Amino acid sequence: MSRKKLTRRQFVAATALSSAALITAPYIRGAYAAGKLTMGFWDHWVPGANKASTDLVNEWAEKERVEVSIDYITSNGRKNEITIAAEAQAKSGHDILAMATWWPHSQADLLEPMNDVVEPLIAQNGAVNGTVQYLGRAGDKWLAVPTCIGSQIKGPCSRIDLMKKYAGIDVQEMYPAGSPPKADNWTTDTFLKAAEACHKGGFPFGIGLGETSDSVDTVGAIFLSFGAEVVDAQSNVVVKNDNVRQALEYYKKLMAFLPPDAPAWDDASNNRWLISGRGALIMNPPSAWAVAKRDAPDIAAQCWTHGFPAGPKGRFAPFLPYFWSVWNFGKNKQAAKSLLTYMSQPAAVEKLVAASGGYDLPAFEKLTTLKTWAEEGPPKGTLYHYPNPYNHQKLSIAASPAPPKVAQQIYVQATLTKMCVRFYQGESMEKTLAWAEGELEGFMRS
Amino acid sequence: MADVAIQSNPVVGSGTRKRGGLQRALKRKSTAAFLMTLPLILLIAILVIYPAFYSLHLATLNKSMQRFIGFGNFEFLFKRETFWLVVKQSCIFAITAVVFKALIGFIVAHFVHNIPAKGQRKWRGMLLVPWVIPPAMSTLAWLWLFDPSYSAFNYTLSYFGIGPISWTGDAYWARFSVILVNIWFGAPFFMIMYLAALKSVPEQLYEAAAIDGANWWQRIWYVTLPMMRNIIAITTLFSLIVTFANFDIVRILTAGGPLDHTHIFATWAFRVGIEGGDIPLGASVSLFMFPILAVAAIFILRDINKRGNES
Repeated sequence: MSRKKLTRRQFVAATALSSAALITAPYIRGAYAAGKLTMGFWDHWVPGANKASTDLVNEWAEKERVEVSIDYITSNGRKNEITIAAEAQAKSGHDILAMATWWPHSQADLLEPMNDVVEPLIAQNGAVNGTVQYLGRAGDKWLAVPTCIGSQIKGPCSRIDLMKKYAGIDVQEMYPAGSPPKADNWTTDTFLKAAEACHKGGFPFGIGLGETSDSVDTVGAIFLSFGAEVVDAQSNVVVKNDNVRQALEYYKKLMAFLPPDAPAWDDASNNRWLISGRGALIMNPPSAWAVAKRDAPDIAAQCWTHGFPAGPKGRFAPFLPYFWSVWNFGKNKQAAKSLLTYMSQPAAVEKLVAASGGYDLPAFEKLTTLKTWAEEGPPKGTLYHYPNPYNHQKLSIAASPAPPKVAQQIYVQATLTKMCVRFYQGESMEKTLAWAEGELEGFMRS
Repeated sequence: MADVAIQSNPVVGSGTRKRGGLQRALKRKSTAAFLMTLPLILLIAILVIYPAFYSLHLATLNKSMQRFIGFGNFEFLFKRETFWLVVKQSCIFAITAVVFKALIGFIVAHFVHNIPAKGQRKWRGMLLVPWVIPPAMSTLAWLWLFDPSYSAFNYTLSYFGIGPISWTGDAYWARFSVILVNIWFGAPFFMIMYLAALKSVPEQLYEAAAIDGANWWQRIWYVTLPMMRNIIAITTLFSLIVTFANFDIVRILTAGGPLDHTHIFATWAFRVGIEGGDIPLGASVSLFMFPILAVAAIFILRDINKRGNES
């Protein structure tokens, strides 16, 4: 049996070649090469919704031969925000991380540009709304990919029976399932009258005035409907203006018809208010309705999600988008982009929306008329107008159009609700504005 | 014996001397104690000292953490109305809570001390329950009791024609609520410490006081309190530090509201630093506790040392 002898020269060449291959191999990573991808997704509160994203990730991973690992990170106790802050500090973490509203801007310097993912998606699925652009883009750079998972409009969810009985308003007629809204008369004045009528009837509107997101979102949309900017897009503090004064006066009138303990409400309070049958309207995504479907079906059958009332400067509704971001220190950016493109395809979005029972909202124009919203019930069609299918209202976020890093402070510190509560509790208008001006100037730090 | 053996052989090389020195060092009780505590010292260095210095470093950076600004964050804070509100509230919260915890702990410790030994263990166990339950959990129960719309307290009070009280919606009631929960949680710690101190007071002192005709107040004032002074001081200092640094109770119960009227250092630092994305400012807020507590610690510990030297 002959045995081929390995010469010294051959041995050196073989060693050099294999070393070169080993060293260069990691740099030719791509979605099509096997590799590892880790992701931190928002832990959905709807049972089964996480499974839909897991299935989509696994489908993609199998096709692309990539090893994947998903962590579902809850927003309870701000765990997701703590994770973002920790990963940003450590410059290490998940390849893909879900970030809500303000966080892409907050971490803008550490994020991989996503133009090559978002721009083709816009071309395919239609334009994204102004709030997504405001929160997801810095100059020409897309900071993150808008995702439907967790994105929501916090519009009114009214009790059909109570609104009809006490306020004389037929919300189903105003926002009919399957056709455009007939809500020209649904204005802030009508809203105030309805709030008064329902309060007199013993079923006050359940709108919080606390420092958590739901309270801030509602006051933010009302402020915008009065054109009440507190900081403009150029970072000027402009709180002392007549629109803000009007908005504060309006809120003072409205607060008289809200539950007296509204300043202590958190994001769960309004849900409980609706589910327990104590109120005629709350401002929330359909989560409260979904819980009512399980725990109080009679109440759920009377719920109708619809648009915001229009103010003197237009009809605004709070939209809170979620994004998927990729750290610029991530190890497998190409694979991450490939997965995000896959999960943003219309078929994938449809699956995700269905799994969330219609709670999740895509940011893209052509994806706001999926069948889930038309079919969900009872009552059937209750969610039809939830995704704003006719662009009837302008989707917005509180504290805009201030630059996002400033607006984040205004939002988190709940400056707008605090202004309303201070003014309502008897502080003079000018003193409230002066207090707000001082606070806002403090948010200009860079 | 080992020392004698080494001394008996003076003609040894330098290597042997070194080995002997090492052996001696290892045999010393203090070396053994140091080696045994070394893992804990390392753990503290990693989990306490490093983060402490890191937060000092963070507090000297600008918001985007790209520039050193020295005491710029503190200068900024000193000009903020909300910051001074937080300082005021932290002091009110910590001092009121510690005073009441100490008072309640002292009274309850006396009650428990006077219970016959047979049934005392049960009472001690039951009274420690609030302190044993993780505060994040027990505060959730309190949150339900204080719930703005469905408060169990208000439900009960309504039978007496009282209320409804806005426990967490009104600034003063909200302060009362967070302090009450802190007292409920912390009083058992004082109780158990004071009980231990009471048990160590020699019975002869009380007997002598009784012979001298001292009434119960004089017995407390001239016998019990002087004998418990050090325990009271140490417990107060410890509790003051823990209460100043409290986070969970306020965060769960009111999240600092309404109108920031229940924020304390830790909750406001979290609001500003993590939620607001301004980590250097958050670090500065949390570090502001340090000088206050350091001054309190110096005074209390100096007093204890003085008494120790006197005795």
